[in-house]
Amino acid sequence: MAIPYAKLPSWAELGVMPAVNVIAGFVVAGIVVAFIGENPAKAMLILIDGALGSLNNIFYTLFYATSFVFTGLAVAVAFHAGLFNIGGEGQAYVGGLGVALVCLALDHYLPWWIVAPLAIVASALFGAAWAFIPGWLQAKRGSHIVITTIMFNFIASSMMVYLLVYWLKPLSAMGPSSRLFEAGGQIPQFSGMLKAMGVAAGSAPANLTLFLALAAAWGVWKLVWRTKFGYEMRTFGFSPTAATYAGISSVRITVLAMLISGGLAGMMAVNNMMGNVHKLDIDFVFGAGFVGIAVALMGRSHPVGVVLSALLFGVLYQGGAELSFSMPSISRDMILVIQALVILFAGALENLFRPLMYFIVPAPTPVKEAA
Amino acid sequence: MAEPAIELVGIDKRFGPVHANKDINLVVEDGTIHGIVGENGAGKSTLMSILYGFYHADKGEIKVAGKPVTIHTPNDAIAAGIGMVHQHFMLVENFTVLENVILGVEGGRLLKGGEDRARAQLKKLAEDYDLDVDPDALIEDLPVGLQQRVEILKALTRGAETLILDEPTGVLTPAEADHLFRILGQLKAQGKTIILITHKLREIMAITDRVSVMRRGEMVATLQTARTDPEEIAELMVGRRVLLEVDKGPAKPGAERLRVEGLTVVDEWGVARVDNVSFSVRDGEIVGIAGVSGNGQSELMEALSGIRKAKSGRIVLNGETIDPVHEADPAKMRQRGMGHVPEDRHHLGLVLPFEESENIILGYHRRDAYGKGFNLDPDLVRADARRMNEKFDVRPANEKLKTANFSGGNQQKIVLAREMDGEPAMLLVGQPTRGVDIGAIEFIHKQLIALRDRGKAVLLVSVELDEIRSLADRVLVMFAGRIVGEVPPETDEGDIGLLMAGVTQKEAAE
Repeated sequence: MAIPYAKLPSWAELGVMPAVNVIAGFVVAGIVVAFIGENPAKAMLILIDGALGSLNNIFYTLFYATSFVFTGLAVAVAFHAGLFNIGGEGQAYVGGLGVALVCLALDHYLPWWIVAPLAIVASALFGAAWAFIPGWLQAKRGSHIVITTIMFNFIASSMMVYLLVYWLKPLSAMGPSSRLFEAGGQIPQFSGMLKAMGVAAGSAPANLTLFLALAAAWGVWKLVWRTKFGYEMRTFGFSPTAATYAGISSVRITVLAMLISGGLAGMMAVNNMMGNVHKLDIDFVFGAGFVGIAVALMGRSHPVGVVLSALLFGVLYQGGAELSFSMPSISRDMILVIQALVILFAGALENLFRPLMYFIVPAPTPVKEAA
Repeated sequence: MAEPAIELVGIDKRFGPVHANKDINLVVEDGTIHGIVGENGAGKSTLMSILYGFYHADKGEIKVAGKPVTIHTPNDAIAAGIGMVHQHFMLVENFTVLENVILGVEGGRLLKGGEDRARAQLKKLAEDYDLDVDPDALIEDLPVGLQQRVEILKALTRGAETLILDEPTGVLTPAEADHLFRILGQLKAQGKTIILITHKLREIMAITDRVSVMRRGEMVATLQTARTDPEEIAELMVGRRVLLEVDKGPAKPGAERLRVEGLTVVDEWGVARVDNVSFSVRDGEIVGIAGVSGNGQSELMEALSGIRKAKSGRIVLNGETIDPVHEADPAKMRQRGMGHVPEDRHHLGLVLPFEESENIILGYHRRDAYGKGFNLDPDLVRADARRMNEKFDVRPANEKLKTANFSGGNQQKIVLAREMDGEPAMLLVGQPTRGVDIGAIEFIHKQLIALRDRGKAVLLVSVELDEIRSLADRVLVMFAGRIVGEVPPETDEGDIGLLMAGVTQKEAAE
C-alpha cells in the first residue's frame, strides 16, 4: 500500500511549497559558493542586481524569460498527454528556419507588423513539422519519443548547419549566419520604444514577443482545461488504458499533442531572431529547449507556473551572466550548478519538505486508505 | 488454558492524516481459526502488515505465545513463527516448487543440502496435511489453487505456527476453496493457528472459530462464530442493517438485444482467449457469465465493448450487425447504446487523478451538453455530476474531489452512474462489486435489477458465484475461453463449480 500524500491547501501547494524549494536550492548553492571561497551573500546580491537591478537588466531577464515560456509550454503540453518531448531544442532551431525564410523573403517589401504574424505561423509550422515525425513514429511504430526527439535534436543541428553554410549564408560572409533582416524583419524592442518616449532604457532585447508568449500561455491553459481535446489529452496522459476504454485514439492524441508542442517550441525562434539578433544564427537556441524541461517541471506543467518559473530562470540566466563577469572564480559552469540545484529541489525533491508542512497548516481532509 | 498464539495490545498506526488503526486489541487463541472481516479501508490489511513486519506500529505491543516480541521486518515475523500467504502470490514463476520453497533459506553455498532437507520436509507435510504438490513442477505450470498451496508450504517449512491468509479464495474455484478449507482444518487439528482475512461472510461462517470485525480503523467486536450469524456480522461491519439477499422478481425477457456468433479473440501470442463463443441476451434479463478469473471473460467483455479487436465472429446489437474484427471502436459501441462497467475500474473505468466530475463524462465527453464544439465547460460538467451524484448516492457528494479519494464502493457508483444514466439498451457489467463494501454492494445490486426491470439487457461477468446466482436470470459458465454450459441460477453451487473447473455437463451427469 502506498502511503498517500494528503493534498495541502492550494495556497500552500502552489505558493509556499515552490518558494520553500527554491530557497532550499539557493541555500545549498550558497554553500557551494562558500566552498570555492566566495561570499555567498555577496554573490546573491550580484545575481539579483544583475537580473533586476536596472531597467536594462530587467529587459534582459524578460528577454530570456520569453524564450523559456515558449519552450516550457512546449514541454508542458506534451506532458499532459504523457509524452516527454525533449526535442524542444531541435524544434526551436527548425522553427528558426521558418522565421528566416519569411523574413528574408518579405522584409524588403512589407512592414514588420505584417511580416511578424507570417513569421510566427511559419515558426510554429516548421517546429510542428519537426515534432511530427517523432510523434508519428511513436504513435504508429512504437519508437520511444524520448529517444527519437533526442536524435532529432542532432539531426536538426546538422541540417541547419548545412542549410546555413550552403544556402542561407551570403557569399561574402565569413560566419555561418544569414544576412541581417531589414526593418520589415524586426519586432520592436521595449528599450527602443522607451527611448522614443525619452526614457533611457539601455539596449536590452526584450520585445513585443513577450505578449505572444503570454497569449500562448493563456491558449495552453484554455486548450488543456477548457476543450474536449485537452480533456482527451489529459485522460491519455494519466491513463492510456482508460483512454482506450473511452474511445480516445492514442494515435490522434500523440500526433496532435506533439504538433502543438513542436509549434510552441518553434515560436521561441521569433523572440530571438526577429526580436534580438535579426538574423538566423548557428546554434541560436543555445540550450533554451532544454531549460524548457526544467521550466515545465518546476511550473508543474501549468501555464501560470511555467510563466513564473520562466521568469525565475530568466533571472538565473541574466543574473548568472553578471555574476560570472563580476566574480571570475564563479565560472559559467558554476551558474549551471546553481541552476541545477534549484531544479533538483523544485523538481526531483519536491516532496522533501512536504511532511514539515503538516505541522504548519491545519490537518487537511483525510485521504481514504487505499484498499 | 494455553497462552494465546497472538496478542495485539493497543496497536495504533497513522499514515499522515489517515488513522488506519486506532488502539486495536486482538487475542487469537492457540489452535483456532480466527476470521478478520471488515470493509475496504477498515484497516485489516494494515493490522496484518504490522503483525508481519511490513509496517511498524506507532504504539502498541505484539505478544507471541504470551511473550512480547519486536517485529520490524518479515524476517522477525518468520522467526517468531508467523507466516503469511499473500493475496497476490510471491512466487518465482519459472522456478520449481522446491526452488521456491528453499528461496531465502538455502542453507549454504551449495543447493544440494537445502534441497534434500526441503524435499524431506515437503514429503512429511504432504502426508500430515493433505498438502500434496510435485516438488519438481514449475510454478507457471501449476493451477492457481496449487500455487497457493506452495505459498502455504513455504510458510510451514519456515516453522510457522501461526498462518495469516489474506483473501485466499479470491482466485479459487469453489472446489479448490473447499480443498483449501480442508487443509486449514487439518492444520488446526495439528495445533496450528490460522488468521483468515476475508470479506466473504460465508467463509467466515463455514470455517472460523471466532471472528473479529473491524470498521474504520477500529476493532468493533470479536465474536464466537457459532453464536452469531451473517446478518449480525454485516451490521457490525457497516454500522447499519444491510440486506444480504437480493430482492428480485421473475424476469420478463423481451426481444433479443445482443447476439454473439462464433466470437474468437486471441492474445498477442496467438492463443485463443475467447474460443468460438455464441450466445444471446434479451431485453429485460440479466445473463451471468460464471467462471474462474482468467478464463476469457475479460477478453470477451473487451471485444464486446470494442476495446479489443476480435479474430473472427459477428456481433448483432439492436438488429445491426457489427464486425468485431474491423469495426472495434469503443466510441461507436457507446453511441449504439452499449454501456460498459469494466472489470478493472482503476485502469479502464476511471482516471484516478481526475476530479470526480471529469470521470462522470469519460467516454461521453464529446456531447454538446458539456460544451459547444471544441469547448468543454467545467460548470456544465460539474452540474451534471451533481445531478448524477444525487441520483446514484455517490458519497461524499463532492464533484470536485479527486476520484482516488473516494472509497471503492463510491468509485464503482461513479462508473455505474455514468454508464447507466443514459439508459443504455445493453449494459456490460464486469465484477461490479469487486473491492466494494457491503453497503454499496446492496445498492449496486438493486440498481442492476432495476435496470433489468425497466426492460434493459444486462450481461454480467463475475467470479463471485454468489453474485451470479443471486442476480442472473440465466447463467453461462465459461472455461478456457469456451462456454461450457448454460444453467438456471438455482442450480446447485457444486454443479456450477464442476462446470467452472472444466467438467462438462455430460461428464458431470455420468
